[in-house]
Amino acid sequence: MRPSLSSVPQNLSPGGVLAGKPAKTGSMKGDRRRALFWSYFFLVLFAIFFLTPPIYMMITSLKSSAEIGAITNPWFVYAPTLENYTALLGSEQYLTFFKNSAIVSLVVVVITMLISIPAAFALARMKFWGSATLGMGIFLTYLIPETLLFIPLFKIFAWIQDMTGIEVMNHYWVLMFIYPTLTVPFCTWIMIGYFASVPKELDEAALIDGAGYLQMLTKIFIPVALPGIIAATIFAFTVSWADFLYPMAFTTSADQLVLPAGIVTILIRGDVYAWGQIMAACLLGALPPLLIYAFLMDYYIAGLTAGATKG
Amino acid sequence: MAHVSLKNLVKNYEDTPAVRGIDLDIPDKQFVVLVGPSGCGKTTTLRMIAGLEDITAGEVVIGEDVVNDVPAKDRNIAMVFQNYALYPHMTVHENMSFGLRLKKVPKAEINRRVDDAARILGLADLLNRKPKQLSGGQRQRVAMGRAIVREPKVFLFDEPLSNLDAKLRVQMRTEIKKIHQKVRTTTVYVTHDQVEAMTLADRVVVMNGGRIEQVGAPNELYHRPETKFVAGFIGSPAMNMIPCRLEEAAGALRMHVDGIALPVPKEREARYRPHLRSEKLVCGLRPEHLFEQRPHLEPGQQPFEAKPEVVEPMGNQTLVFFPLNGIDVCANVDPGCGAEPGKPLRLVADLRHLHLIDDSTGRVL
Repeated sequence: MRPSLSSVPQNLSPGGVLAGKPAKTGSMKGDRRRALFWSYFFLVLFAIFFLTPPIYMMITSLKSSAEIGAITNPWFVYAPTLENYTALLGSEQYLTFFKNSAIVSLVVVVITMLISIPAAFALARMKFWGSATLGMGIFLTYLIPETLLFIPLFKIFAWIQDMTGIEVMNHYWVLMFIYPTLTVPFCTWIMIGYFASVPKELDEAALIDGAGYLQMLTKIFIPVALPGIIAATIFAFTVSWADFLYPMAFTTSADQLVLPAGIVTILIRGDVYAWGQIMAACLLGALPPLLIYAFLMDYYIAGLTAGATKG
Repeated sequence: MAHVSLKNLVKNYEDTPAVRGIDLDIPDKQFVVLVGPSGCGKTTTLRMIAGLEDITAGEVVIGEDVVNDVPAKDRNIAMVFQNYALYPHMTVHENMSFGLRLKKVPKAEINRRVDDAARILGLADLLNRKPKQLSGGQRQRVAMGRAIVREPKVFLFDEPLSNLDAKLRVQMRTEIKKIHQKVRTTTVYVTHDQVEAMTLADRVVVMNGGRIEQVGAPNELYHRPETKFVAGFIGSPAMNMIPCRLEEAAGALRMHVDGIALPVPKEREARYRPHLRSEKLVCGLRPEHLFEQRPHLEPGQQPFEAKPEVVEPMGNQTLVFFPLNGIDVCANVDPGCGAEPGKPLRLVADLRHLHLIDDSTGRVL
């Protein structure tokens, strides 16, 4: 569930959609109206497309198992109940998943920022031998899908376990070392773009003012590029909160599972699906990223677009 | 306070030379302006003094020390950038005090210096604003305040007024001059605007193609340019450069320009005589030394007839353009002299201010 760049609303300039058509005199208004019509048309279409699943989940989560099994209108709740939610919130297991997910995600965000910010600063500002190639290399690693990576990674961790005797498999904390392979490249990449957009004179002024590279980073770049850093933070959090494949591969014991893996492990038993609880669990699980998005949305968009133009 | 010297300073970017060996001595407290067209190496020179650019060869001396390998922060200089380069997330006070805070100067001292600078610059009421809440002129002043509070040995200005509109530029120019008269710090100022250079500088350094063309006081450069480049670059409107040739008739030297014969002033004859046969001579005469016919002519002033093509009234003066030897020549006449396009006009060339240029060497003879 990576946030897709295409879902970020773009500024559609008037007439932009129809640019290239020969303009008739006085047709600016008509042009603009047509452009707006198509903008709305596609925005509404996408809104419906993307909002239907969560709405369906919401409806289903309010139904009892009996109602879900019965042949009724699936888009309507006849006997609304909160039993799915109370069952989940009363279940120690579900709360453990939640706690594990929270710890893993927060630590991953911290690790990612600690690596990405200095890396992006170095690649954007300190010209050194091979810096351009390294920057490109970092982006390329992001293009390798996790489905390709999880088996080699599994082998590597198994080997580490064999060599050191430290039990790394089947612990939720191992995810803290695996998720950064997904988050660090992308976060570094958007921040390279963001740091690169900071005017060069600003570091020169800081240099003359007596700042070293570390002070330049902490006192000038981080505050100035904060929107970009927030965008990267949200991304890192969302990725580590929602990742499914790695926890399925690396953790198995019920007390070590994180939310996405936990939900399918305890709520699907054999061929019995506890649909109501699955829906409720997913909705509750989507809540933290949703809240973060809601509060930081403005920053997020500013960050992504700024990174996009210069990256 | 310190003097600055550049000794055979060279800068190459890969294989492209930007600065080709510059020697310059800037005495303590002097305001020096580096001026020249874009790409002449003036900004590169300034950045080498600042320590923002590696030096390919030669030496930069600030005070008594060769600073080639001293990092920018330890050179005790302050720089004002063209685009201000204010820290956008800091208030005016924080912007100005940033350098001092990094140096761990005591707080009371910081506040004293910032308040002093703010008073000089008229920023006292704006200390808590962020840069984005300021106008262009105010931002420029904050950038200068940031330089002043550091009490550096040398001020460096990199085209600081280029981003301002024409009116504000004139106003800030005066302010910079006032501030220098108050603070008296050695200053190196880079600009491509020769008016700025003339008005601000104690000494102007005209640069071209990575070399120094001429160094001198503003009036010296204006009245006694040594090269064709300086003659053409300094002064607005620019000096007229008309191809001409020298002839001797009845023991007197005369300059022929498109059928007009202009007598060379007696005191210059000896100087010009060796170039009698030269094919590539250019007569340089500033527009203000071409004016309307006056009742009384002094020796060295020669009347001639011209046919204006364009007349540009400026209020206090009128610029008249007429063709001569295939070149548009500009004369600066009195607005009341009745100049009209197409109507023949008696003009006077004041040959005491003539600059005869050898076009093959580019030197003023």
